[in-house]
Amino acid sequence: MGEIIFYALAAVTLGTALLTIFSRNPIHSALSLVVCFFSIAGHYLLLNAQFLAIVHIIVYSGAIMILMLFTIMLMNLNKDDESHKPIAAKIAATIAFCLVGLVLLAGLLRTKPVVESYYYSGEDFQSIKVLGKVLLNEYMVPFEFASVLLLVAMIGAVLISKKDKEKSLK
Amino acid sequence: MDSAIIIEKGIFILAVFAITMFMAMYSTLAERKIAAWLQDRIGPNRAGKGGILQPLADGLKLFAKEEFMPSTQNTFLFVLGPAISMSMALMTSAVIPWGDKLEIGGRTVILQATDIDVAMLYIFAVLSVGVYGIMIGGWASNNKFSLMSAMRASSQMISYEVAMGLAIIALIMATGTLSVREIAAQQSGFWNDGWFTWNVFKHPLSFLIFLVCSFAETNRTPFDLAECEAELIGGHHTEYSSMKMGFYLFGEYAAMFISSAILAILYFGAYNYPGFQWAVENWGVNVANILGIIALFVKICFFIFFYMWVRWTIPRFRYDQLMNLGWKMLIPLAIANIVITGLVIVLTQ
Repeated sequence: MGEIIFYALAAVTLGTALLTIFSRNPIHSALSLVVCFFSIAGHYLLLNAQFLAIVHIIVYSGAIMILMLFTIMLMNLNKDDESHKPIAAKIAATIAFCLVGLVLLAGLLRTKPVVESYYYSGEDFQSIKVLGKVLLNEYMVPFEFASVLLLVAMIGAVLISKKDKEKSLK
Repeated sequence: MDSAIIIEKGIFILAVFAITMFMAMYSTLAERKIAAWLQDRIGPNRAGKGGILQPLADGLKLFAKEEFMPSTQNTFLFVLGPAISMSMALMTSAVIPWGDKLEIGGRTVILQATDIDVAMLYIFAVLSVGVYGIMIGGWASNNKFSLMSAMRASSQMISYEVAMGLAIIALIMATGTLSVREIAAQQSGFWNDGWFTWNVFKHPLSFLIFLVCSFAETNRTPFDLAECEAELIGGHHTEYSSMKMGFYLFGEYAAMFISSAILAILYFGAYNYPGFQWAVENWGVNVANILGIIALFVKICFFIFFYMWVRWTIPRFRYDQLMNLGWKMLIPLAIANIVITGLVIVLTQ
């Protein structure tokens, strides 16, 4: 049962990820990306990570992709607006991609996974209480750094949009 | 045993689906009756006794109308829009506890489709995905007025989701759980330790912010800028006709029912009523819980009435007023509420 769901989800994930790249219409590719995010959330659920799955949906499908759709819809991009890149850029992109693929393949082929036996620690890692305690005790500093990073990004965005306004007034 | 649970849950989910649809159907009649009452009219009274068959007649009319498609290449997305709106309105009901439990033939039936640990987050996830219904529908209509209305409606929903989430954080901090079932169970009875157990008496500010945001999330007056025929062209469903239009409107009523249920469960004691424990001891679990379900539905009906009452009393906001209220009033208020709640928790511990 679990395997069938996994393969179905994997097919949806890969299919929509490919559609995201190959769709000519920006809206269609954004929407396939949304479906892709949902199927990734499904993978998380298969791994029993409820919190991660739901937060993934809230943050990626519910917030980021909606803002992305907003931008695309407001700019009203069409097939005709698609910029034609020079042939040199295309060749460069292909070579760069192949190199990255080579490095990844070489790296992954040489890794030897160490399979240790699982032991039961008696803690329910799904539960938010455990997750919250770990996050705010052991990983307190990185957690706070991430929040400061987000704050800086937010203030930066506000600053940039303010500057534009003053310029346009002049 | 396993299949018994699947059958039990299946029947329960079907029943919840049917009840939600039934309530949404009769909300349309209730809305017209209440509007008529507030405006000193009679309201629909031709179909059946006192207009009781009016929703069926409306439904039949919507089905029988001409199905008109605008000239768009995105037929699939055009159909997908109302479908998402409707299904997202219904999906929230999965985590709502409609009662505590019943004992049928030696089995304990828990009156909730699923009791997940992250139920509150699930509700917000479904809410945030519901925006897609409006955006996709508005864009696929191939009409700039539809697109602009869709932008207006979805930016309203996104803005008020923030304040709603912040309002609920104070409640979660105090209850210490994200499970809706547990929040409902904590409000058992009516009076305990010298204060009311219902959350509305413990967190009045959080309730107020949540209530205002619920109005905005369901696109009801005074936040119904998403659709006004008179001064803004139609709305995101301008190009829709027949039952697809009906799905958008019907989804709104279903969402209103569900959000009334959430309000009743989070703040108004869910299925609890004064003397719940006494009823369990003296009349048995089943009678007490059936009374509890009735109590919950009375609360839900009150909130549905409240939605309609406000709709026919208060005029709608202007768009900038709406954004000011959301970002400059409700969000700072909600954050202040979180700080106050945190201080109170620390001081009383």
